[in-house]
Amino acid sequence: MGILRYAIYRFGTMLLTLWVVSILVFVIINLPPGDYLSNQIAELRASGQSAGVAKAEFLRSEYSLDKPLWQQYFIWAGFLPGPHGFSGLIQGNFGWSFEFDRPVSEIVGDSLWLTVLVNLAAVLFVYVVALPLGVLAAARARSWVDYSSAFVGYLGLATPNFLLALILFYYGHRWFNLPIGGLMDPALEGEPMNWEKVKSILIHLIVPTFVIGTSGASAMMQRLRANMLDELGKPYVETAIAKGMSPSRMLAKYPLRVAFNPFVADIGNLLPSMISGSVLVSVVLGLQTIGPTLLTALKTQDMFLSGFVLMFVALLTLIGTMISDVLLVLLDPRIRYEGRDA
Amino acid sequence: MRDLRGNQIAMIFQEPMRSLSPLHRIGNQVAEVLWLHGRKSESEAKKEVLTCFERVGFPDPERTYSSYPFELSGGMRQRAMIAMAMVAQPQLLIADEPTTALDVTTQAQVLGLMKELQRDTGMAMILVTHDLGVVANMAEQVVVMHKGRVMEAGAAEPLLSAPAHPYTRALIEAAPKIPAAAAPQPVPGRSDLILELKSVSKTYSMRAGKGWKAPSLIFACRGVDLLLPRGKTLAIVGESGSGKTTAARIALGAEPPDEGGSVLFRPRAGEAAIEVHKMDRTARTAFQREAQMVFQDPYSSLSPRMRILDTMTEPLEIHHIGTQSERRERAAKMLQTVGLGADMLQRYPHAFSGGQRQRLSIARALMLEPSLLVCDEPTSALDVSVQEQILRLLEKIRDENQLSYLFISHDLAVVARIADEVAVMRRGLVVEQATPETLFHNPQHPYTKALIAAQPEPDIHRPINLKLVAQGAGRPEDWPEKFRFSGFEAPPLVPLEPGHKVRCHV
Repeated sequence: MGILRYAIYRFGTMLLTLWVVSILVFVIINLPPGDYLSNQIAELRASGQSAGVAKAEFLRSEYSLDKPLWQQYFIWAGFLPGPHGFSGLIQGNFGWSFEFDRPVSEIVGDSLWLTVLVNLAAVLFVYVVALPLGVLAAARARSWVDYSSAFVGYLGLATPNFLLALILFYYGHRWFNLPIGGLMDPALEGEPMNWEKVKSILIHLIVPTFVIGTSGASAMMQRLRANMLDELGKPYVETAIAKGMSPSRMLAKYPLRVAFNPFVADIGNLLPSMISGSVLVSVVLGLQTIGPTLLTALKTQDMFLSGFVLMFVALLTLIGTMISDVLLVLLDPRIRYEGRDA
Repeated sequence: MRDLRGNQIAMIFQEPMRSLSPLHRIGNQVAEVLWLHGRKSESEAKKEVLTCFERVGFPDPERTYSSYPFELSGGMRQRAMIAMAMVAQPQLLIADEPTTALDVTTQAQVLGLMKELQRDTGMAMILVTHDLGVVANMAEQVVVMHKGRVMEAGAAEPLLSAPAHPYTRALIEAAPKIPAAAAPQPVPGRSDLILELKSVSKTYSMRAGKGWKAPSLIFACRGVDLLLPRGKTLAIVGESGSGKTTAARIALGAEPPDEGGSVLFRPRAGEAAIEVHKMDRTARTAFQREAQMVFQDPYSSLSPRMRILDTMTEPLEIHHIGTQSERRERAAKMLQTVGLGADMLQRYPHAFSGGQRQRLSIARALMLEPSLLVCDEPTSALDVSVQEQILRLLEKIRDENQLSYLFISHDLAVVARIADEVAVMRRGLVVEQATPETLFHNPQHPYTKALIAAQPEPDIHRPINLKLVAQGAGRPEDWPEKFRFSGFEAPPLVPLEPGHKVRCHV
């Protein structure tokens, strides 16, 4: 089978892309004049605190910020040895956050996998909601099912997420006694993983998933509906009906299979748009994801922290597109046999 | 109802390309009929489907079973559709224009197959078609419909030989026929040539599926020599994939020929010839004023977002001809020439029927007053009665304006009517070339014979000769000794008599 070879090839291109992205991220972060430390040194000088200046100067050479930019990049990425030998992204050393005065890995630590968790839940929500509703809306096109689902969908698209979050929190707490804010019970934070903690996280996840996923789900639903409607008019659907298939079975086997392609292809786009889109929501809901961290890091020119977070988002995106590409090849023989004589 | 569908009543549709799901294997789609009606277990169903595939003429049923539709040709796909309809042995088969989308030779074979299957199984068949030739070959009973009402109904023989209703008569009239033997026309003179194709070849390379394999080569045209005298019509006839459209595109300079081939164009008699593929920018613009094209599909060759007026005057704008009002006037006049009203200029294409749109395409092509018109199957998307009108229009315009046509078609009867000379192409090679009279009454090449034999005629006493079709349309290896060749080594094009060339061994 060529699938495995394709997956390996796709993985190779992903690594290549990641490398290019790392250059871009590094360049963009360094575009604004100055860096965190030189700003701080200037400030300390102005207020005459020479001890602080010495420490900042030490950090500067410690993190090779006194070197030319291209060297800084290679040291950051881990292609060249820094003052302490090879220790860059490749080696798993993500650098030092000057703003928080702690290693980057420590700051992002927990919030990394919480981010992944929240976004996976939201993506899952999008698909679970959009798939049946989109198919139903297409199958019953121009009926009350179609119109009401479109209405709810547009409402979901048009409502600002943070507003939706506040409303849901209020009523969720009042009627279902759902917790407000955060991703787990504060008492459990920092505890090792156990059943209590998992349960708490799951309950806390309900509202954020809903808030982050709603607009994506309604957009996806409309897209699937439109694709399905296009497919429903095609002759092969008529062929299937002429065979004597039941409508539901026919829908699932023929038009849905074809309309599924864009649905799958969207996995890659969904991930980054959700992560960047959920920054505001995370701030409002008090979620411990890396969204708010990224915001702070960018504001204070905390280069290692923001660089790492951006790289992480890029990685998620690339993994998403890779998954959707490989899935598409599995799903659609036309792509699989591309270039072969028809 | 669902129990009847597929089980008792089966259906075959018009477009085999789109009537099969592209994402499921053929075997799956055919065997599904048996699973659905709970008649067979999976393995038994497969066995039955394989027998059925063999029955409808798939050389390798096992392979077909696991093929996807896009791996098969149009004719093979229609065979798969027939297998799908037949596999449950229905009582009634409804076939909705089952062969309209197919080449003539393929059509003949598919019709033959359907008839044979019907004889073997004794099922009833409802055949919907616009082609009286197909009716004459297939039907016992005929119902003629027009605008939702039955015009005439009855047994096929009396209805076709002595139609009572004027509409039926008009239909039979309009059906293009190969003319009865006439005095052989002289070959058109070769003195004043407007277009000359000299050993034009075109090779496409297909990217191979696996990166390390050499790309496979497709020979779309091989050493095509064609001469078009001024004011005459040269027709190229062949099936899809025969290279006729490629030849036309090369003639218009839309595509370069392979090394060694050239196309010469003489805009006026006595002027020096221009080499179409070695023109600079200004020469090319001038050439485009002289040579225009009418396309096959009138539905997609007019922009749906442009008013007819804009579509018509655009060529004049591009070539900076006339003022706004002059252009407008010319467009109005041109519409009248092609039989439409000048008041239609403000409309959009969707407000026109297929025949009217093809008139619009012709009008658009004529706006620049070209001397050469390339018509790529201008009537194959139209109904017979409309086809007749368009052909008459093309003839009229040609004679009034001294136009020269390069006419591409797969339909011999159409060509017989309009052409002065016909070149029959098969897989990139011209296999026979002569005047239409010679070609139809003294065809030499087995492929030409197959084409003529495959043409369904609205005459119940002249059924399609399937044996002739099968042999001629088959592989060159199976042709009679004189014409046989295998691989790339084709015999030369030999003149048998003046103006009649055949590709054969001498």
